[in-house]
Formats: sequence, structure tokens, C-alpha cells
Amino acid sequence: MQQSQIDTLKQIVGVDNVLTSVEDLYSYSYDATPGHAHMPDAVVKPANTNEVSQILKFANTNKIPVFTRGSGTNLCAGCVPTKGGIVLLMTRFNKIIDIDLENLVATAEPGVVVADLNTAVATHGLIYPPDPGTVATATLGGTVGNNAGGLRGLKYGVTKHYIMGLEVVLANGDIMNTGGKNVKDVSGYDMTKLFTGSEGTLCVITKIIVKLVPAPEASKAMMAIFSDLDDAGKAVSGIIAAKIIPATLEILDNSTIRTVEDYMKIGLPLDAQAILLIEVDGNPIVVAEEADKVVKVLKSNNASSVNMAKDSAERDSLWAARRAALPALAKLRPTTFVEDATVPRNKVPDFLRAVSAAAKKNNVTIGTFGHAGDGNMHPTIVCDLRDAEEMKRVKVAMDEMFKAAIALGGTLSGEHGIGLGKLPWMEEQHGPISMNVMQSIKRTLDPNLILNPGKLVGEC
Amino acid sequence: MSDEITVKDINAHDKELLTDIQDALANCMKCGNCMAVCPIYKEIGKENAVARGKLSLMEGVLAGKLPISEKFEEAMGMCLSCKACASNCPCGVPADELIVRGRQAVVKARGLGPIKKKVFALLKHRQLFDFSLRMAGLFGPLSFKKLPGKMGNIARFPMPGMDVKRVTAPMSATPLRSQYPETIKVDKPKMRVGFFTGCTINYMYTDVGQATLNVLKANNIEVVMPSLQHCCGTPVFYSGDVESAKLFAKHNLETFDKYNFDYIIASCGSCTEAFKIEYIHMFKDDPKMKALAEKLSKKTYEISEFLVDVAKFDKTKLGPVNATVTMHDPCHMVRGIKITKQPREILKAIPGLKFVEMGKPDRCCGSGGSFSMAHYDISRQVNDRKIADIGSTKADIVATSCGTCRMHIMDGLEQNKMDKETLHVIQILDRSYQAGKR
Repeated sequence: MQQSQIDTLKQIVGVDNVLTSVEDLYSYSYDATPGHAHMPDAVVKPANTNEVSQILKFANTNKIPVFTRGSGTNLCAGCVPTKGGIVLLMTRFNKIIDIDLENLVATAEPGVVVADLNTAVATHGLIYPPDPGTVATATLGGTVGNNAGGLRGLKYGVTKHYIMGLEVVLANGDIMNTGGKNVKDVSGYDMTKLFTGSEGTLCVITKIIVKLVPAPEASKAMMAIFSDLDDAGKAVSGIIAAKIIPATLEILDNSTIRTVEDYMKIGLPLDAQAILLIEVDGNPIVVAEEADKVVKVLKSNNASSVNMAKDSAERDSLWAARRAALPALAKLRPTTFVEDATVPRNKVPDFLRAVSAAAKKNNVTIGTFGHAGDGNMHPTIVCDLRDAEEMKRVKVAMDEMFKAAIALGGTLSGEHGIGLGKLPWMEEQHGPISMNVMQSIKRTLDPNLILNPGKLVGEC
Repeated sequence: MSDEITVKDINAHDKELLTDIQDALANCMKCGNCMAVCPIYKEIGKENAVARGKLSLMEGVLAGKLPISEKFEEAMGMCLSCKACASNCPCGVPADELIVRGRQAVVKARGLGPIKKKVFALLKHRQLFDFSLRMAGLFGPLSFKKLPGKMGNIARFPMPGMDVKRVTAPMSATPLRSQYPETIKVDKPKMRVGFFTGCTINYMYTDVGQATLNVLKANNIEVVMPSLQHCCGTPVFYSGDVESAKLFAKHNLETFDKYNFDYIIASCGSCTEAFKIEYIHMFKDDPKMKALAEKLSKKTYEISEFLVDVAKFDKTKLGPVNATVTMHDPCHMVRGIKITKQPREILKAIPGLKFVEMGKPDRCCGSGGSFSMAHYDISRQVNDRKIADIGSTKADIVATSCGTCRMHIMDGLEQNKMDKETLHVIQILDRSYQAGKR
């Protein structure tokens, strides 16, 4: 970018809100995804929708790429400024505008941290359910952009189920509103859903209307250990078949169990093939009934041990293993890739076996844990980015893993997004026709290809 | 060879300064969890304000992509050393220590900043340091106005590097160690302890030192305050001047070793941490000094930890202190030496005292030792959040165990027009023992 262009940006947002020192640019060259980094030409921090509109209008006219960013915690290189240009930092959009208790909706700006929104609505006995692992750091805008999920996905769904309306700025600077507070709304194409999960490739989100739900009154947690992976798989399907939808239904595979035990020494059996962690929530009477039913299903599927938490302290100790899964794996090696390939619920055991096979064949360390109830797995590859030979093997293992998920009728990403990380397999999952449709949507809304170019649907 | 120094040469030189922490930096997986707890990031919102960003800058230097520049120095300086990032890191990356390494590299590449340079040069000279702080105590009243009823001052006229309205600690006319003999004897002592006073207690908060001595006396413990003790070295260590810090460490270790105490106590979290943890790290490459540091580390206790775990303080002599008290956990207590239960146990043992926990008692107060001198505005913003948490408890007294926390909280209460006392835990216990005598 030329100095005169930087000056124009400074005129729009003020001198202090355009960062151009090499140190600042370096600080916005990466996100939470290993192996992708590129320096932008400027980091611009707009304060309001009007400024965003002016920035995009200017960038569009001058064909300057724009990479929208919140906290930069995504796991798919979604906000790495791969083509230089502008990093549009949305963290100044940090206000919760309104909590509407009559309609059970909240209106917030995209820079609000998800946990802060939840703290604000909790005082009214409400929750905003999407709870990705980064809930304490990720911005609402980032989670909408990536259609983030979380631990409660099975019962409560993911971000797209809670976004009722948006204010966005299009590539040419036009300001557009979608949806609203209506519970039912079939007027026109569902642009809210299209923009949710568009990963900054179609627009810049500037305001978000979310649905809130009453906080569950009670919950009960259980843990079961299985010496046979298929039994664990059958238990998962069995719980759903018993017409119980737990809030969380988590699984840890054998290599994760061994890593966690080695790290925490909490007495997990090293030969266990799977651990399930289940939590039901809702009305206290229903919760008690459902918990008993879950225990029965677990036992009838040959769980070698079943524990139910009696109080919150016991609940915490049951959760300890699941909570330690990522930290324990991440501590093994310097570099950590957390993937989120997802398969239909009944294919979870098959997928876990495929991941183990890919790890063994390529001599790569992969531990898998994840949301068994919704089939959303987190194969976690730990390695060292500085070892080129190892990284070659990691790439092959990843390729085998993603292809296995697709072959089982699964998808590349359940909740993290595609970005650059999973782009190589997009055509494999969607085929040429779907790719062409998605790319033509991109070209229509962003003809100069300035918004997060090269991501999600690739080069257009 | 050309005489001209190129950018490449500078980068190559800077790179060498950080080579040994390459692996430690690589362990950061950039998840950004540190953003959730970093008090500075909360105020500034810039990537290089948080640990992930600072570690990345160091990686940039190591990759030869960035020089150790003024901006790099600025970024490394923007840290309260509160350790919240390290304790919230899923990968166990000791970001706080790595940031100190970044500062160390700055000192080597660019030298210390002008203010710190002067202060630390003075610090290195023990007698001169003692003299100038005594002078400040004698002539302090000329430049500072005492706040009525509190151990606090407001500047009478502008001081360089200091906000005019800021409340600071008074410099005592007579340092603590000059007010007492070196050894404070009791009849048939049950043990003999060495008291490492630290600078804030010796020169400013002598009231905390007096309370410490009174409480130990009430528990029939002989106290010695070795006259040759010097600053623990923490302020210079955290600024990256490790060589000076090692000089202090060596001096203190050798001084205290000579007395062969049963225990060594300090009434300041950071001083305790220096004796307990930092000195061992500092001498990791010097087996003889490391062994000495380890020997004394085992004997060292923070005062509340000592009274609860070792001396089993006498609860029969306690009198009532009718007040509502809340507690702020200093960073180097909660995340440094990991002491939070013992001070509460002391407070809860006092008759008449109502203890109320504030929201986020372990969040940094924003002082960061010398951080607040260089960045008072940010320091104040961080502190205002602490004051709001204190305010919602409706407590009469804020208890804490660190001089700089006490000073910064006092300032915050004054700026926010809240009439509350800020005391060290040991002062409240002393009050209780005094009340018990009546």
C-alpha cells in the first residue's frame, strides 16, 4: 500500500487507529493456527459502522484486500492477512447494545467477548448457548463469522441457530440489515444464515441480534469407561435412541486417555479404549430421571465403570479428564493442530479407528477427543513445525484423516471453519458444482475479491 | 569487511540474545487464552500488549525479521509481571519469565531506560541507597502533603515522572531497622527468625514492620533484622537487569546464611518469592550459590504462612477488631509463592472481624512495582476495576500483603473518593493482639 492510501485510512479512523509499525504488523500476521503467517500493510481499528463503510468503499475502489479480525483465536488461519492489505480489527465494537427480555434477544456489537455477553444475560437467568473452547477470549463477531459450536452443540445447536439478524457492510461499502427479532421470518433469502459462517469473505459484520434461552435449572454429570470402542459408540447411539438429548456427550480416545493419565495421574485405566462424559440438564425432576436412564444405557453397553457426580465438586473431578485433554496433548510437543472433522453420530467409532490408523501409518502423534453426541471430533495432531520431515508426514496423515471423514459421509469442519487450513479438501467434499455455486456467490457480493480473498471457497 | 552496519547485522546480533529460549517460545500454541486474564490487554486491546503477542515479537527477533527496537522495548515494558498469563496457559508456557528475558535482551541490546538506569545504579550501592532514602524520609514532608489519618502522601508540587494527584507511600524519617536493635529479644524464645524487611517496609511502610515485630513478640519468637541486608533484587530482576539482581541475591544469601536462623520470614510476597524461588533460578549455572539459595529457600516463609503453618500463632490472646474486611491477593503471593489460604485464616480467626470476599480477589491491582511509575495512566485504569470490586464489598478495611499493592490501592481509593483503610494482614492481627491486652 502507498503512503497516500495509509493517510486516507488515517483520515477515516484517526491517526491513532491505524497501526503501521513493523512490530504492530508482525503482531497481526498470525492467528491461533500453526504454520500460516503473513504481514499486513496496515492494521485499522474502526469505531463504528460508518467508518467500516468508508474503509470498504475505499479498499474496494483501490482493490486493497481486507482481513476482518476479532481476537484472532480461530483454528483455520481464517484471519491471516495472506495477501497483505488491511487487517480490520473489530475489537472497538465492544458494546452490548440491548438485552430485550420480552423477546428474549440481545443486540451486541461484534467485538464483544462471548463470555461477557453470557455474564450480562446470566443476571436475567438466561444463556447464549454457543460455547466454543475460546469462549473467554473469542469475539461474538468471530464466532458468527466461523459459525462456532461448542460443548453444548448436541442439545443446543451451534451459532447459526441463535443468530436472528445482522447489520453488515458489503464489499462496496453499502450497509445492509438482515433478519430481525421475529421468531418466524421467511421473507426473502435467508441472508442471515448465509453471512453466518461466511468467514469474512462476503461482508463485515457490524451488529448482531442473538436469541437467548432460559438457563437450565439443574444438571447432572456422568462418566463411563469402555474397554471396547464399539461399545462406547453403541452407548452414544443408545442414549439418543432412548430419547434423551444430553447437553454434552463427550468422548476421549485411547491415546488421549493415556496422555491425560500421564499428565494428571488421576487413575484412568491405560487400556481403556474410550471414556464418555455425559451431562444432562433442564428441569430437576426430568434431569434425575434422564440421568438414571443414561446410566442404564451405559451399563447395558458393557461400560466397565460408571460414575455419577453427586455434587458440583464431584462434577468438577469428572470433567477434569475432559478439560485436561487439550492441554495434556498440547504439552507433548511444541506445535498443536486442533482439527474438527465431523461424521454422522453412528460413524464415530469408524472415524476414530481411521484416525488411529493414519497416525500409526505415518508415525504421527494424534489424540482424539470431542463431541461424540454430534459426531464432532477433535483429532489433535502434536508435532514440531520446525521439523520439515515430520511436517510432511503430518500433512499425509491429515489428508488421510479428512478423506476418511468425507468417505464416512462426514464434513471437514463441524465448528472451526475452513479458512485456509481445510481449503485443500473443499472440492473433495463438495464437488465442482457446489464449489462453483459458492464461488459465484462470492464473486457477486465481492466482485473485486477484496474480502478475506483466497479463503473458504479458494481463489475465484 | 565493510564498516557499515546493516539492518541484517543488527537483527543477527539481536537474534543471539534470545537463542536459548527458542524452544520455550515455540511451545506457545498461540491459542490466545492469555487474553482472557491479562489486565493490560483488557485496557489496551492490542495484540502486543498480551503474552501471545510479546512472545511472537521475540520469535520475530529470533527469525531475524524484527530488530530489538524501541517499539519492542515498549511492548516488553507493557507487562505488570502479574503471572496471570502463565497460570492460565494450557501449554504451561512461563510467559512472565520469557517477557523478563525479552527485557533482558533489551537491556543488552539497548541499555536501561534513563530513569531506571539512575535508580538502579543507586540501588546497587547499598549505603548510598540507604542514605538517599533516609534523606527522602527527612525531607519528604517538604515535597509531600500527608493524608490525614492514613499512611499516604500527595505531592505538594509536581515531581518528575509522577502524577501530581497521586497518593504514594510516605518515606519514613527513621527507617525501620534504625528504630530497633538488630536483635529483638524475648524471654525463653521458642525459635529465632531472621526478618528480611525489604525496602518498602524498611523505608516507607515501617508500620507493617512494627506490626510484624509485635506479632512475633506476642508469639514468643526472637527476631533478628540483619543490618547488612539489601534490596531483594526483584525490581531490577523484572526490569531485565539480571546481573545487578544477582549481586543483590548473593549479598542477601551470604548475609542471612551467617546467622544460621531457624527460619527466615518476610512480610512482602515479592521479597519472599525472591528468597524462595527467584534466587534458585538466578544461580542455575552456579552450583555453589544455587546450593546456598536452596538451603535458605527451605527456611523462608511469608509471615502469614509462617504464623499459620509453622509458629501456630496464639489465638488465645486475640482481642476484637470490629470491622468488615476484604482481601486483595498480591500477584506474587497468589501466583508466585501460591499463598492465599493463610492470610484468610488469620483474618477469620480475629474476633469481631467480618470477612467478605471481593470479586476477583486475585486480579492484579495494576501496580506492577515500578510499572506504575512509567505507565501511571494504564496502571490507574487497571486499579479502578479493583477499586470497583472493593467498593461492592462495603468493607471498612482492605487487607493485602504487599507494600506496592497497598500503596496503589490507597491511591485508587483516594482517587475514587472511597474512605477505607488499606492495611497489611499482619497489622490487623497486631491490632487484635493489642486489643487482647486491654
